[in-house]
Amino acid sequence: MAAMRSVKLSGVCSQAVRQMTGMNACRLLQQRSFRVHGVRRQQTFDPTDKPQFPGASAEFIDRLEFIQPNVISGIPIYRVMDRQGQIINPSEDPQLSKETVRNFYQKMTLLNTMDRILYESQRQGRISFYMTNYGEEGTHIGSAAALEPSDLVFGQYREAGVLLYRGFPLDSFMAQCYANADDLGKGRQMPVHYGSKDLHFVTISSPLATQIPQAAGSAYALKRENLNRAVICYFGEGAASEGDAHAGFNFSATLECPLIFFCRNNGYAISTPTNEQYRGDGIAARGPGYGMMSIRVDGNDVFAVYNATKEARRRAVAENQPFLIEAMTYRIGHHSTSDDSSAYRSVDEVNYWDKQDHPISRLRHYMTERGWWGEDDERSWRKESRKMVMEAFEKAEKRHKPRPDLLFTDVYKEMTPNLTKQRDSMWKHVKQYKEHYPLEAYEK
Amino acid sequence: MKWVCLLQNAAAVVLRREFHRSAPASVQVTVRDALNQAMDEELERDERVFLLGEEVAQYDGAYKISRGLWKKYGDARIIDTPITEMGFTGIAVGAAMAGLRPICEFMTFNFSMQAIDQVINSAAKTNYMSAGRQSVPIVFRGPNGASAGVGAQHSQCFAAWYGHCPGLKVVSPWSAEDARGLLKAAIRDDNPVVFLENELMYGVPFEMSEESLSKDFTIPFGKAKVERQGTHVTLVTHSRYVSFCLDAAAVLAKEGVECEVVNLRSIRPLDVETIEASVMKTNHLVTVEGGWPQFGVGAEVCARVMEGPAFNFLDAPATRVTGVDVPMPYAKILEDNSLPHTHSVNAVSMCVRVCVYVKRTVILSAVTAGIPALC
Repeated sequence: MAAMRSVKLSGVCSQAVRQMTGMNACRLLQQRSFRVHGVRRQQTFDPTDKPQFPGASAEFIDRLEFIQPNVISGIPIYRVMDRQGQIINPSEDPQLSKETVRNFYQKMTLLNTMDRILYESQRQGRISFYMTNYGEEGTHIGSAAALEPSDLVFGQYREAGVLLYRGFPLDSFMAQCYANADDLGKGRQMPVHYGSKDLHFVTISSPLATQIPQAAGSAYALKRENLNRAVICYFGEGAASEGDAHAGFNFSATLECPLIFFCRNNGYAISTPTNEQYRGDGIAARGPGYGMMSIRVDGNDVFAVYNATKEARRRAVAENQPFLIEAMTYRIGHHSTSDDSSAYRSVDEVNYWDKQDHPISRLRHYMTERGWWGEDDERSWRKESRKMVMEAFEKAEKRHKPRPDLLFTDVYKEMTPNLTKQRDSMWKHVKQYKEHYPLEAYEK
Repeated sequence: MKWVCLLQNAAAVVLRREFHRSAPASVQVTVRDALNQAMDEELERDERVFLLGEEVAQYDGAYKISRGLWKKYGDARIIDTPITEMGFTGIAVGAAMAGLRPICEFMTFNFSMQAIDQVINSAAKTNYMSAGRQSVPIVFRGPNGASAGVGAQHSQCFAAWYGHCPGLKVVSPWSAEDARGLLKAAIRDDNPVVFLENELMYGVPFEMSEESLSKDFTIPFGKAKVERQGTHVTLVTHSRYVSFCLDAAAVLAKEGVECEVVNLRSIRPLDVETIEASVMKTNHLVTVEGGWPQFGVGAEVCARVMEGPAFNFLDAPATRVTGVDVPMPYAKILEDNSLPHTHSVNAVSMCVRVCVYVKRTVILSAVTAGIPALC
């Protein structure tokens, strides 16, 4: 039984299991059956001169050699299309249908349009804050399309395209940014901190990288459920420097659960470029250090992102192990409306990515090649998508703000007496001084 | 091979039977065993409940609170974690978000500072930030406050830190009954709960009634317990200092001063009604805690009493007895003098003496002036 198991196992511990005697295997299977790659309890001592250390499975060496980190020619970047949208290796073309590919394109451009309008609205003082997704649309749509609808998503803050792909209505995006009465979040969160229980997208949380160990914990819960669901956890290359990231990666490998870590390496963490963020070969190179399957992809190639995520998801669920995907891309926009990136990078650099290597234009070239999209389609879609966004925008502007009562709910699952008292005293105060409080702007 | 496994199973069944021996009418149970049994019963009752932390599995827990649980429930329910509080607290929060009910054990609450972002920003605030859609039913538990000779980084009391935050419920049990009832209630609660134990109480046995040993015995949060009735002064306290207050009360009773000892049990929500009722009866208030004075539990109690009807019943300003405002020193004599301890019995009695003296003086002078004294 132990021998058969070891054939299916991959990684370091397969050797450990093979070394077990029958007795130990029985105990191992009884107590550790939940964790297939579990640590070996007892070592059987090998009489030959091999290392016996519990901490690593390796050979001895008698030459003093330091391992040189390879940052000149790092982990190669998987891509399917070149910068002009041509398929390089036809066997890697996922061969998606025309409808699917047109949907990808429309979702990416709709996101782009929504970003432009909401960025402007912040500039005009209509909303307090906004973050755009320019240049990273491919990472969102490619990965979202490769998941099942019930897979759980933990985002960082630049993954609105994932939510859009899953069907989050424009009205809801706007309502969240405007914090009006239609906001699912009841006006509690700052803009772009979306969440949707129905679409399995966990509410965005501001402190960076906290979602990484949480994703591992959720994946553990889903593994126990055993219902073919996975977790995907998005984060940027800057957030990967947080302690939480180390803890999350290390832990997820030991927990053995269906989890995809998706790193958007977009070159900047606000103003910090990657050469100041880390000295190693990006994030993908850290994966093997934790015992994780890892890959680096061209994030501006929506098919490469799609293929990698699809395969990672399939295997994560089938084999109960985490996968790390590092999607290389470029943040074309500013970090947020509080940032002016011309302070730390040249306009030429930004223009290169905008014009020469953009996920939207690459996909467009692919479609025009096949006659799936033309000038007329582009013109009418631009008009239509802008109209959709403007309608949602105007509606959100006019909408009332949430009821002031909602200030006090959901602190706990149930309302507490002291909060009830505070709420009552608030209403008393507001009624007494109503000329100072513009209640007409709020829902009753 | 098969008969070895059978023997192991048989041994496990016998051990389990030992474990679940039904208790006679009133029995002595240590706080440790009360916590252990509470967790065992809740793990059995709801399969979404699981325990994770450092050393909780095969090692039976750093303080042996989870003794026998890994043997009984295995890897799926009792998880040993790598050494990263930030990591496993985040994992626990994520698991709670996805529908499980974790018990996250900190080896001591001092180490929870490394994970405090996950506790506050992720666990406490999420239900509110997600507009009630995402709950985090999690229990954070572990020893809190001073132990004996463990120095500054292992002796801090976090009741005030966690008690400050809306979205968390914070409880601090004293007796075995408190421990059992509050832990069961905490595990069954859908909100994040911070459960502050005390290492020096783990080995202390308490009488437990048959009712308190029943499987569904829970103590509601926000209800303090009057451990000792009194008429002259109210001592409001929590955790280990309930013992000290009861000792002090016994000493003072000999001097004719009857103390009412209120065991808070719940830090957040705080049972202001019980405190107020007591102060309205005794007219004097002393708070006793191990934490530091500034912004502490005692400060909150005093502020609340001031804001409510009991203020008019105070015959003297409230007094706080707290730990000394220094990081905990290691040397025994320094440590002993840094906490409410035996000397505090005298300190409390002195305070009370002053209070009662003042009251007597007032009464005397009121009588001489012919004004009816307010008793």
